[in-house]
Amino acid sequence: MDQIILQFINGLDKGSAYALIALGLTLIFGTLGVVNFAHGTLFMLGAFCAVVMQRILTLSAITIDPTQKDFLGRPLEVKTPYVELWFGHDIGQLLIDWAVPLSLLLAIPFMALVGWVMERGIIKHFYKRPHADQILVTFGLAIVIQEIVKQIFGANPIPVPAPKAFSGSLDFGVLLGFDPNVIVYPYWRLVYFLFSSVILAAVFAFLRYTTFGMVVRAGMADRETVGILGINIDKRFTIMFAIAAIVAGVAGAMYAPINSPNYHMGMDFLVLSFVVVVVGGMGSLPGAVLAGYLLGILESFASMNVIKDALPGIDQIIIYLTAIVVLLLRPRGLLGKRGVMED
Amino acid sequence: MLGLNRKDTTFFLIVIALTLFTPFLMQPFGETSPLAQFNGGYPDLMAKVAIFGIFAIGFNILFGLTGYLSFGHAAFLGVGSYAAVWMFKLLTLNVFPAVILAVIMSGLLALLIGWISLRRSGIYFSILTLAMAEMAYRLAYSVLTPLTNGETGLQVRPTDPRILDGPGAADYPNLFGLELSRSWRLEIGDHLFTFNVGYYFCAAFAILAFYISLRIFRSPFGLMLRAVKANQQRMNYTGLNPKPYTLAAFVISGMYAGLAGGLMAAMDPLAGAERMQWTVGGEVVIMTILGGAGTLMGPVLGAGTIKYLENIFSKINENVLHDWFSFLPDGLENAVVWILSRFTGEGWALTLGLVFMLVVAFLPGGLVEGGQRIARLLRRRGGKGEGGAGGGEETAHTSPSTPPAAE
Amino acid sequence: MTTSRFTRRGVLKTGAVAGAGVALPTIFTAGSASAFTNEPKGDTVTFGFNVPQSGPYADEGLDELRAQKLAVEHINGEGDGGMLNTFSSKALDGTGLLGKKVTYVTGDTQTKSDAARASAKSMIEKDGVIMINGGSSSGVAIAVQGLCQEAGIIFMAGLTHSNDTTGKDRKKHGFRHFFNAYMSGAALAPVLAKAYGTDRKAYHLTADYTWGWTQEESIKAATEAVGWQTVKTVRTPVGAGDFSSYLTPVLNSGADVLVLNHYGRDMINSITQAVQFGLRDKVVNGKQFEIVVPLYSELMAEGAGEAIKGVYGSMNWNWQLDNPGTKAFVKSFGEKYGRPPSNSAQTCYVQTLLYADAVARAGSFNPCAVIEALEDFDFDGMGNGPTFYRGADHQCFKDVLVMKGKENPTNQFDILEIVELTPRAQVEYAPDHPMFAGGTLGECNPGD
Repeated sequence: MDQIILQFINGLDKGSAYALIALGLTLIFGTLGVVNFAHGTLFMLGAFCAVVMQRILTLSAITIDPTQKDFLGRPLEVKTPYVELWFGHDIGQLLIDWAVPLSLLLAIPFMALVGWVMERGIIKHFYKRPHADQILVTFGLAIVIQEIVKQIFGANPIPVPAPKAFSGSLDFGVLLGFDPNVIVYPYWRLVYFLFSSVILAAVFAFLRYTTFGMVVRAGMADRETVGILGINIDKRFTIMFAIAAIVAGVAGAMYAPINSPNYHMGMDFLVLSFVVVVVGGMGSLPGAVLAGYLLGILESFASMNVIKDALPGIDQIIIYLTAIVVLLLRPRGLLGKRGVMED
Repeated sequence: MLGLNRKDTTFFLIVIALTLFTPFLMQPFGETSPLAQFNGGYPDLMAKVAIFGIFAIGFNILFGLTGYLSFGHAAFLGVGSYAAVWMFKLLTLNVFPAVILAVIMSGLLALLIGWISLRRSGIYFSILTLAMAEMAYRLAYSVLTPLTNGETGLQVRPTDPRILDGPGAADYPNLFGLELSRSWRLEIGDHLFTFNVGYYFCAAFAILAFYISLRIFRSPFGLMLRAVKANQQRMNYTGLNPKPYTLAAFVISGMYAGLAGGLMAAMDPLAGAERMQWTVGGEVVIMTILGGAGTLMGPVLGAGTIKYLENIFSKINENVLHDWFSFLPDGLENAVVWILSRFTGEGWALTLGLVFMLVVAFLPGGLVEGGQRIARLLRRRGGKGEGGAGGGEETAHTSPSTPPAAE
Repeated sequence: MTTSRFTRRGVLKTGAVAGAGVALPTIFTAGSASAFTNEPKGDTVTFGFNVPQSGPYADEGLDELRAQKLAVEHINGEGDGGMLNTFSSKALDGTGLLGKKVTYVTGDTQTKSDAARASAKSMIEKDGVIMINGGSSSGVAIAVQGLCQEAGIIFMAGLTHSNDTTGKDRKKHGFRHFFNAYMSGAALAPVLAKAYGTDRKAYHLTADYTWGWTQEESIKAATEAVGWQTVKTVRTPVGAGDFSSYLTPVLNSGADVLVLNHYGRDMINSITQAVQFGLRDKVVNGKQFEIVVPLYSELMAEGAGEAIKGVYGSMNWNWQLDNPGTKAFVKSFGEKYGRPPSNSAQTCYVQTLLYADAVARAGSFNPCAVIEALEDFDFDGMGNGPTFYRGADHQCFKDVLVMKGKENPTNQFDILEIVELTPRAQVEYAPDHPMFAGGTLGECNPGD
């Protein structure tokens, strides 16, 4: 019982990350009709925003301390972060400690810029091209961005710790009446779960309750008519692309403490996010969220020892297996609209 | 000749000639010339070009003609290799049984995967094939280790049964006793040319593969496949069921991939699971598009370009660059080397990504289209020229073919 | 600037090519007129450095490459000579190798056995290398070792930790200086027993491929021998990224130690997440919960950051060791690159020097002669204390380091501390030990 509850919580948590990554992808597909193979790369760029923030906050003044020695026996260069020099030791340390949440301040404008440049520079020219061409050009773009990141930051993962306030874990079991240490879950993952819920709710509210969102939804349904009505749908699509990039970016930045950022993580998440989108239904926002949670939970249960012992290797392929089954039985995905990409 | 019209015959003969003379063509520089770095005429690279040429030709039959974009062809390459190595281990190191089993096994797997995946089209088809290949790779890497030897890769051991091989049989993959690794070297002046049994073995298959693909392109079957790409609905209305045709194309391209996998194992009897990863399937996509999807020569060109880049470009490290630009003043030398080294050596993938994006954006017909454009330009400038270097070449690409389906 | 143009110029210079402009074939032979594969005939000899330059271990490959370049410099008599000054064998005098200058080519293994073989093949065929060194995974090492055996050149393995490299996949042409999973277990178990007691229950998370399995087997056997119980061993997919669903059942399983048989990116993620799960703050069975990472590397420690504090693991070598060889190497490496060398850098450096030394002692580049010189070779002064290259399986035997993540690092390189130097005798085993059985070296093969 406790194992099932635990894996269920874990599945929801995994699923919240999947949903967040898939949301931007399905948003772009639903509004712009573009299949973006560089979406995982946007997630990766977001994670590196956390790295950059950490580096900015730890920019240091160097002083030579002759009493200490470095590994070659030379006087040690002691680094003191500027933020400590400016705001005092305690506040400086606090700022560095909170680098990941603070990196959202960097990630939002930076990802908006990246999204804008990508849409205006490349994607715009591919609206009328076949899906295959869109996949290919964004695939090429993903390779290019990934290689640039590798040349700047190297290939080794870079640790970005969560704030100390969130280290350790919450003992859920005690709240539910179990013994201590039976159901525990890390604070930072719970924060991530809440954070993704907020972002998901915000995106839904934005599309539902604002005029902008209404126009975009109208554009999703019938782009030409909206254009005829004299509304500049192109500009709104650019903004939509930037929003999708921001969602992917903040998802990546907050994920950095869980999965140390490395240049290749985009490709790892790309396949996964496509599976989520396809299972949920291409272009369906609720579908992406539902599929995200569903796949997260399935994956968690598949990695339970009982199930692994019965079906060796099932945890490695469960996601793909689900995708294949869903696509064959219900091609438009769980919540896909009838007739959208259904053939 | 061979059921080809005159134009195609000339074209085919040119291809044969190019294949036979590859050891010269890829080795244009003398050994002591400063450009020797760019020589690519050594057995491993030549054979790789032929093998990936076969892989891409096969992929093109599916993607170029029907427009179905598969990201899962790596699975067939891998199965071909595993089948071949198992033949080496169980039967004999003679390469013929290995190659035959490779083609059969990959054909069977392609039939299964194709039968499932082809129920969907467009992006769904791509995702289905991708999911299947990724599953195959993950299982091969871990759970199926008894069959695949996992991370290390399946290899031939002295303790293998090899029941058809007598005690005196060769210890390396061979063609009725003639080892594939055997080479003859020819020195002319400063030049050194290598003729390798394995390369010519692969080249023979490449020519055969090219011939079959040429016949398919020119056949009613090929026409039917093009119809699938142009407008599947209209095809349905005329009472034709496109499914058997696309499935046939899928299986044929899978068998091509299996043949390529078998030949890879013949050239180097080790089959690693990474061969099945979806990124390898992505590589053949890049090759085909780069060269020109839907053209006959394009995939081979693309395969050659990428393998050459991967093997030669990635060797141009900073030392080599410093050597080249040592005539510049120091500061300038360092600056030039720094910029260039972003794109060569370890950075070769960046170059590949950029070139690929440019080709997709501006040259939808790939290198073949680029060549044709240049030829046209030259012809216009030089008044009147010959009838096109590519002989029977044509671009089947029709951009922009279909509007996004999500409307 | 060092000039190295990696061609087979050497072959031609002494070849029977009279003048330029000879348009007729002069030689038309099967193979070449060499006594063995890639016999160096000019005034240079080429080494092949096959390391990961892309993919997850690219940074490790970069560090190996730094060390290999340094080794070539020292053999050619440039720089300060490094370990050549402390090496017990004095056959190398800093004038190159048998009168030839050493050059090198580099290749990218991508940490995939396929790509590594292809890259090694092109080095052998195009660049005419006589020896290949490097790599950072056992799959790659075993694959390239097999190729070198077939081609008739020498493979000096880089970082490879699986028992199989010198066990069931051992080869006459392959040599391993690095330690292995068995040695890790033998060195770690007593230290763990001392630190955590003999009454412990261990839970293993193991990367689901050959290296992970041999390490799990070795550590399990060694810890059980000191009285520990193994509660459960769980295989995790390679590159899983998120290990949470494998970590959730750990606390509740009754185990009080978690052993992470992961390497590289997997290890960085699994230990970071295990610490986030608060495992090390818990008390189970009345004991503090602990985490063990049997195979450490500096780069992984750097990547895991805070999470490794106080965590035990083992290493082949560390720059903090106090012996003349280590000091000499750290000095020349540190002055050139501004950072201490990693243990994979050290193994590649030492392997390159050992190969060169064996050539010098044998007086020949012929692989059969070199193999004979390396087999059962006793040496010292290379940073690991007295070391023995066993001829029966081509495995080096030397002291093994047990390391611990440092609690209060004083600078960015000071992340691990040496807990114990396990003496060589304690990690030795017979060549036909069950974990290593089933392999044969085969015959020496000089090639064409």
